[in-house]
Amino acid sequence: MTESLKVRVWRGTDRGAFAAYEVPRSESQTVLDVVTYIQRRIDPTLSYRFACRVGMCGSCAMSVNGIARWTCRTHVSRVAKDGVLEIAPLPNLPVIKDLVTDMREFFDKWAKARGQFKGTRTRHDDFARIAPASPERVAADAGIECIGCGVCYASCDVVTWRPAFLGPAALNRAWTLVNDPRDVRQRERLRAVAGDAGCHSCHTQGSCGERCPKHIEPTAGIAGLKRLAARAALRGEL
Amino acid sequence: MSDVRTQALLWYWQRMSAMVLALCVVVHLAGIIYAVRGGLTAAEILGRTRGNWAFGAFYAVFVVACAIHAPIGVANIVGETTVGRGSSALVIASVLGVAILMMGFSAVYGLVAR
Repeated sequence: MTESLKVRVWRGTDRGAFAAYEVPRSESQTVLDVVTYIQRRIDPTLSYRFACRVGMCGSCAMSVNGIARWTCRTHVSRVAKDGVLEIAPLPNLPVIKDLVTDMREFFDKWAKARGQFKGTRTRHDDFARIAPASPERVAADAGIECIGCGVCYASCDVVTWRPAFLGPAALNRAWTLVNDPRDVRQRERLRAVAGDAGCHSCHTQGSCGERCPKHIEPTAGIAGLKRLAARAALRGEL
Repeated sequence: MSDVRTQALLWYWQRMSAMVLALCVVVHLAGIIYAVRGGLTAAEILGRTRGNWAFGAFYAVFVVACAIHAPIGVANIVGETTVGRGSSALVIASVLGVAILMMGFSAVYGLVAR
């Protein structure tokens, strides 16, 4: 283990530059620890975002040596073998300041993909009974653990190429709801996620699944949406 | 037909034609490997294919699958890289589709009927 780390951190907004810092190395040090050290010991004007520090909230994602990651769950030993770290805000999102990105567009796209659940039952009705082993429940389970960190969105080349693309997270959310038999907006949702801005733009490159810290495979859900959209189109329901 | 529905149907036809093409390519390659054992001349090829309507039907399906698959893919590429998914992409894709059909059927006709 080296005595210290050479750290380059993005400073500024969409226009800015990397600033260099020297941070002492320690055991089990995470990238978030490094950023926190810089802000608390070297430069208090550094802006970044975090909350839980244990991989539950999804707020501390940044680009670390060119790859989007949760900084709280990324050990320095895993990503800075030569003692060098480059930390930048998540790609594909506007930068507010330093390492803080504006996530509004990312979450607005969840809404555009009809990411809201809408059922018909009230509190006075009995529980819906969904068999845990049913294909729909299994398909929804595969994508349901997303915490909205934006790592997949930042890693998606199609989002870079085509900014209107809804992105892997929003489409994954739509896929979990498409597989929810209680939801009543299925046709509207399929219409929202099909087409150029939706699932049909996905090139199945798989960066989203490769980088997802929760090991979700959004491309599998997106492929499912393409199949359902084709079926609906053939029946004249799209 | 809505744009969304068009996209979904184009995706469907590209996937269906891809399945047909996968099968056709396998049969085509297997046919070549089988036919060229010990060498093969143009005269021998034509000797086998002339009047063979099953052969002609197979390659006609191959041509149609190509004429569906390739223009949809090209329209996507054109739409993403240059002019956008508008009339230009449609024109380029249509010209390509017609060209593949004409050249493909002309080749099949030449092998089977001429």
